[in-house]
Amino acid sequence: MATTDLPAASAAKGNWFERIGAGHFLLAVALLVYPAVASDFFLTQIGGYSLVLGMLALSLMMLAGYGGMVSLAQITVAGVAGYAVAIFGENGANVLGFGWPWWIVVPWAVLLASIASALIGWIAVRTQGIYTIMITLAIATAIFYFAQQNYAIFNGFSGFAGVRAPQFWGVDWRAPLPFYYLCLGIAVLAYVAVLYGARSTFGLTLQAVRDNPRRMRAIGYDVTAHKVFAWFIAGIVAGLAGVLMVWFNGRISPGTIGVGAAINILIIAVIGGMRHPIGPFIGAVVVVLMQTFAIDIVGAQRFNTLIGLVFLAIVFFSPDGILGLWERIKPHLAQEGLRPGG
Amino acid sequence: MAENSVASRLQGTGAFALELEGVGRQFGALVALAGIDMRIAAGERRAVLGSNGAGKTTLFNTITGDFLPTSGRIRFFGEDITTLPAHERIRRGLRRTYQISQLFKGLSVIDSIFLACRGVSRRRFSLLRPAATDVNMVQAQSILHAVHLEAERDILVATLSHGQQRQLEIALALAGAPRFILFDEPAAGLSPTERRDLVAILNALPKHIGYVIIEHDLDVALRVSERVSMMHNGRLFKEGTPEEIENDPEVQEIYLGGRHG
Repeated sequence: MATTDLPAASAAKGNWFERIGAGHFLLAVALLVYPAVASDFFLTQIGGYSLVLGMLALSLMMLAGYGGMVSLAQITVAGVAGYAVAIFGENGANVLGFGWPWWIVVPWAVLLASIASALIGWIAVRTQGIYTIMITLAIATAIFYFAQQNYAIFNGFSGFAGVRAPQFWGVDWRAPLPFYYLCLGIAVLAYVAVLYGARSTFGLTLQAVRDNPRRMRAIGYDVTAHKVFAWFIAGIVAGLAGVLMVWFNGRISPGTIGVGAAINILIIAVIGGMRHPIGPFIGAVVVVLMQTFAIDIVGAQRFNTLIGLVFLAIVFFSPDGILGLWERIKPHLAQEGLRPGG
Repeated sequence: MAENSVASRLQGTGAFALELEGVGRQFGALVALAGIDMRIAAGERRAVLGSNGAGKTTLFNTITGDFLPTSGRIRFFGEDITTLPAHERIRRGLRRTYQISQLFKGLSVIDSIFLACRGVSRRRFSLLRPAATDVNMVQAQSILHAVHLEAERDILVATLSHGQQRQLEIALALAGAPRFILFDEPAAGLSPTERRDLVAILNALPKHIGYVIIEHDLDVALRVSERVSMMHNGRLFKEGTPEEIENDPEVQEIYLGGRHG
């Protein structure tokens, strides 16, 4: 048995290019050279921002795609990390701002976000389907109003301005080029981790819990514990995105974590598709481009209508998002390629 | 109080895999189980027969913890498991299959069995991918062989035929060193060939693994069991060897509606 396994294993390890896949390789090259052709605006407002929103939608995709739990509280979890950066680091609001160094603040903020996520999950896993959406929306709304009305910790309506990204190794990490690469690095890390994790033991248990929780109990799994742990992991991804988000905006206020923003993350995940971790990033690029340029096309009065129509069209024609659309077109392209002389 | 616990502990030291004492379950006004007393020795193979609605599956559900009994006690190898959550019972060596297959449609066959093996180990939350040499993966591979599903190893569960899904049902119950298994109509919807396969699989189980099987097909039930219990309206009303049960006039009246071929 070992003799039959060995050659296959070494072949798989040796041919790393094939394991990564041509698609991933091309994408990596494109993302790395993107700064060479992009202006500062495209680098930060489109590139960096898409990667941040993509990570947030990725945390939702993990819960919804693998775990069957659709959450509207991912922006809230990111908000916890964002507020933590403002409160424990430095801010310009003269409220709190403990001034901890970034290398303590960042892990601390991400940890707080994941704990918050696990707590939200612990409440939400008692529900299923539409009720999970409702209860996470309720939690997101409650925290939004709490942040808006609490001045002692959250500085109320105005929140915290003047939150700066750190400067170290002689680099200002909020400058367009470094910020883009920072977002890219962390997003790729999250993407690869989710891609790898989907086939890990825990990833399999999560998909099995989605498919049949009753059977999972009947083979020895504590279903609630596995769901809550999934929320914790998703909280790490959302927390990292939250840190980048507050550095990107330079500020955080209740508006950042409002209901509109919460729904925006769901729209991104649905447009991109939740069957594969690349979906949320595709969705993020499309939504960010639309939100940036729809005003130029149809004017300030109607740009949300255009975004809504695109959303409707995608949901109508492909319930699995752009990813699903691609999976439907791909076999036809392959057929074309197979034709002699074609 | 102290005497009671000593007495119950002494009672529990016997070689019984499963002991039910006055186990009852009500759904509102409906009495699904009315005080079931049952003792099954370790390694014993028992069939439970009864008409539809007799309470057989409800009995299984209370034993495995899918829901709790409204009265009575259940012991598993001497330990009181009456109120334990389902997954804790499984970790003690109890397994079950379902009348209607409860599978993971989005996973492959091998991954499903691997999870069933991993379910009773400590690395349930591992964030690493299992290697081909992983002990649970090796176990899964041998179970795959035991239930004749090697050719379907990497196939998505949703694409399996009905018969193959029933085989996978059994595979999930065999994973992770079971001590006692509850089979809920494993032959339901199987072809005659598949039924013969099933009987072979059950008879090939290691001798120390006892089971209770609910089965409407008497041919299957009587060939894979040493004792038979009859259920009717939530009660056990007769127990005996397969021959005794087959020839009992009362049994024939209630369950078979006269003599069967």
